Amino acid sequence: MIVAGIEPQAEMVHWWFATGVLILGLLFFAETIVGKEVWARRPWRRYLWPGLLFLLGVLMWPVMALYTNSMIHMVAHGSWAQVLMISGAAELGVARGKLHSQYWRLTVAAAMIISGTAFLVHEQNGWYFARAAFLHHALGWTLLVASVFPLAQAFRPRSTVAASGFAATFIVIAVLLYCDRDSAAILGHFSTFAGVPHR
Amino acid sequence: MSADIAHRLQGEREKERTAARSARVRAVLAMGPATVVAGIVWALVQPWRLTLLHPHGQGLWWLLAEPPLYVALVGVLFRLFIAPGLVEDLEDAGR
Repeated sequence: MIVAGIEPQAEMVHWWFATGVLILGLLFFAETIVGKEVWARRPWRRYLWPGLLFLLGVLMWPVMALYTNSMIHMVAHGSWAQVLMISGAAELGVARGKLHSQYWRLTVAAAMIISGTAFLVHEQNGWYFARAAFLHHALGWTLLVASVFPLAQAFRPRSTVAASGFAATFIVIAVLLYCDRDSAAILGHFSTFAGVPHR
Repeated sequence: MSADIAHRLQGEREKERTAARSARVRAVLAMGPATVVAGIVWALVQPWRLTLLHPHGQGLWWLLAEPPLYVALVGVLFRLFIAPGLVEDLEDAGR
């Protein structure tokens, strides 16, 4: 519930998260282009994207607390916060050298599966109800399908296809989040129950 | 294999490696500007997403929420803070 205009609109929060996700996408692409060895040459760079992933998880908690308009929203935002923090922490452990197994990348795959499922479960309207509903469905399926990339990376860490697919996924997610509006039409469809449409 | 052929093959491999490296350098250097261009194109296509262009009557959050500018800013930050070090390390790795 937005409190007397003090809190930003939900769509703005989505755009801020989109910016974080866009940064992640660029970092993943850059790492894929230069290779893991060159990327790891500067210690701070190793912590960059796992740290950002963890930070996005931390920032998801206020979203859970302040934008809870139903039980299922709270569960969805809470589960995103947890899986983002778990996968970020696991990748930070790998970057620090405390964790060694390549299979820690499975935490990212799990995070994407849980996040995708949460997107689909907490959107109770159909695809063409409004743009926000469409984007929730699109984001959920994108995350579920794209979880194949970190899954592949866990078993084939040097796969360029998996790394590129993983990076591209984050760019797609950023674009979808930037497209979000609290109430707007999607491909000419807008439910009469969805409020006043914006551009 | 004669020494001449071996030298020629080695030279060709070195050229290929240098070309791949320079392609990667160009790709890293292009990522930031490409992102900035994406933000600018978005702002031109959907100017109503920039409330700074019509600020009257907008609240604080709406004045801070400028998604096309965020995209452009990400590109600028990447070009200024990430790309130079990566290019330097790529060139060092090739030496």
